[in-house]
Amino acid sequence: MSSDLASRVERKVDVHNKKKLDGVGQFWLVFRYFALTILFVIAALPIYIMVINSVKGITGVTQSAAFIPPTKLDFSAWGPTWDQLKVPMGRTLFFVLQSSIISAVIGAINGFVFAKWRFRGSTAIFTTFLFGMFIPYQAIMIPLTMFNQWAGIGGSIYVLVFAHVIYGIPICTLIFRNYYAAIPNELIEAARVDGAGMVRIFRTIFLPLSIPGFVVVLIWQFTSAWNDFLFAIFLTGGSPDLAVATTALNFITGSGNQVYYGNNMTASLIVSIPTLLVYLFLGRYFLRGLLSGSLKG
Amino acid sequence: MSVKKNRVHSPWGGFFFVLPSILAMAVFVYGMIGYTFRESLTNRTNAWETEIKFVGLTNYRDLLVDPEFTHALSNLLKFTIVFMIGCLLSGLIMSLLLEKGIKGEGFFRSTYLYPMAISFIAMGTSWRWLMDSARDADATGLNYLLQKIGLGFLQSDWYTSEAGSMYAMSLPAIWQMAGYVMALFLAGFRGIPDDLREAARVDGASEFKIYRHILFPQLSPTFLTVLIILGHISMKVFDLIFGIATKSYVTKVLAIYMWQVIFDFQNYAAGAAIAIVILLMIAVAVIPYLLYVNKTEEANK
Repeated sequence: MSSDLASRVERKVDVHNKKKLDGVGQFWLVFRYFALTILFVIAALPIYIMVINSVKGITGVTQSAAFIPPTKLDFSAWGPTWDQLKVPMGRTLFFVLQSSIISAVIGAINGFVFAKWRFRGSTAIFTTFLFGMFIPYQAIMIPLTMFNQWAGIGGSIYVLVFAHVIYGIPICTLIFRNYYAAIPNELIEAARVDGAGMVRIFRTIFLPLSIPGFVVVLIWQFTSAWNDFLFAIFLTGGSPDLAVATTALNFITGSGNQVYYGNNMTASLIVSIPTLLVYLFLGRYFLRGLLSGSLKG
Repeated sequence: MSVKKNRVHSPWGGFFFVLPSILAMAVFVYGMIGYTFRESLTNRTNAWETEIKFVGLTNYRDLLVDPEFTHALSNLLKFTIVFMIGCLLSGLIMSLLLEKGIKGEGFFRSTYLYPMAISFIAMGTSWRWLMDSARDADATGLNYLLQKIGLGFLQSDWYTSEAGSMYAMSLPAIWQMAGYVMALFLAGFRGIPDDLREAARVDGASEFKIYRHILFPQLSPTFLTVLIILGHISMKVFDLIFGIATKSYVTKVLAIYMWQVIFDFQNYAAGAAIAIVILLMIAVAVIPYLLYVNKTEEANK
């Protein structure tokens, strides 16, 4: 369903081939561009603020000039900020890559079963999975902390790998299930006739077709784990040895340091760059992940 | 295509491949929710305590008369109302501006959606600065900008005043989520067959009437989805508020208060009770929705 949703969003509507606009039509066109531009300015403002104030030096951010780009670029806030962030960001990359890859593999297997290898009660079980997407993680955080201690991963970064893999199961399963549901059953029938079992059909037919599905899941899991703050702050207990991108950023920009805007804006920008780059280059796949979470439409 | 054909070989083969995930969900979602609920019925104050007693619903009764809790709950409801209405309206407006297609559509769409790719903690820095409460000559951020464009009378305390805090806090939330709502509505609009519009036009219906009587009724499943998504995100809101105002009293919501109760006040059982309250508020909307989705899935099989 949801891959449909994304392609509907991206559906090209022919705007060139219309009959010549009359006066009213022209007014509406100008009005639409005007409104779209205002919305563009609002959407871009917070990131614009971040970018221009990150190149004014640590203390160069003055009140009256804050909305105005600097006359000359001063990257002096970048060096020290990067020094504070590079270790946590490296740690984040380390765990996010692992959790995303594991999530994608689990999602592909589950998605295939729920789409093409159903068993009695599979739809009901799938629905109980989906509930896991909506729960507030506060409701599992206390026993999860205890479990981590018991399992011996407490105090290591694997608490986050584990949490993102487990609580990523619903969304990753859903994305792959929707993706595989769109692949015609005839492919399976044909392979069956040749005597292939379901596992072989999955490996030799579905997996090679799954690259876009994997990209969607990897990007989704990457972005949500990178941006996650709740698991990070609960499960690492605020330990500096386990600081990740968002918790380190929160430490830098936290209440005591709110006056150092040049520094804070730079730190926020640096932490946002990885997910922004992914969005910039692979936004289509991000949109697919986003719309998968919506179930219906 | 019949379901039966999918089952020819080993009808339970698929089950074994998803069994690990079924167990994981059973333990880490349902089991742990159950555990949290059990904890909420005790007097546990920290994770290491060994002598805990069951105290029934005492923690829930205490919450009802805890002014901080009721304050956080009413904050959350205010936030939810403004956030949901704001997101619905701005997402709907964006999609109405785009749905017929316009040159540069891809560019506008991508800029409206990028906030979803950035963490609340990072955007919190910008928004904290934008919503600085200094006024007039000392003003920065939005207050400064408002003066510059001649709307100085709109200057506000933003999220720092008791009265307006939650309304101000919903601005960054709307900013972050409106693009998502736009995408859902765009998908909704573009899933409606063009013939419906064409037929209405041929019958001489005005554009307004076409939207009112033909397009909007077709969008009701989309509306439902949007409400469920916005509602559950709103109930859980944490990062966004923590990133801008940390644990400030005037912007406290349930998720923030739960954090405080557990870590600052060392009262695990009461924290668990707050978590269960959040869960229940989400469940009353989400469970019927999932059952409805499940029913339509079964019907389509």
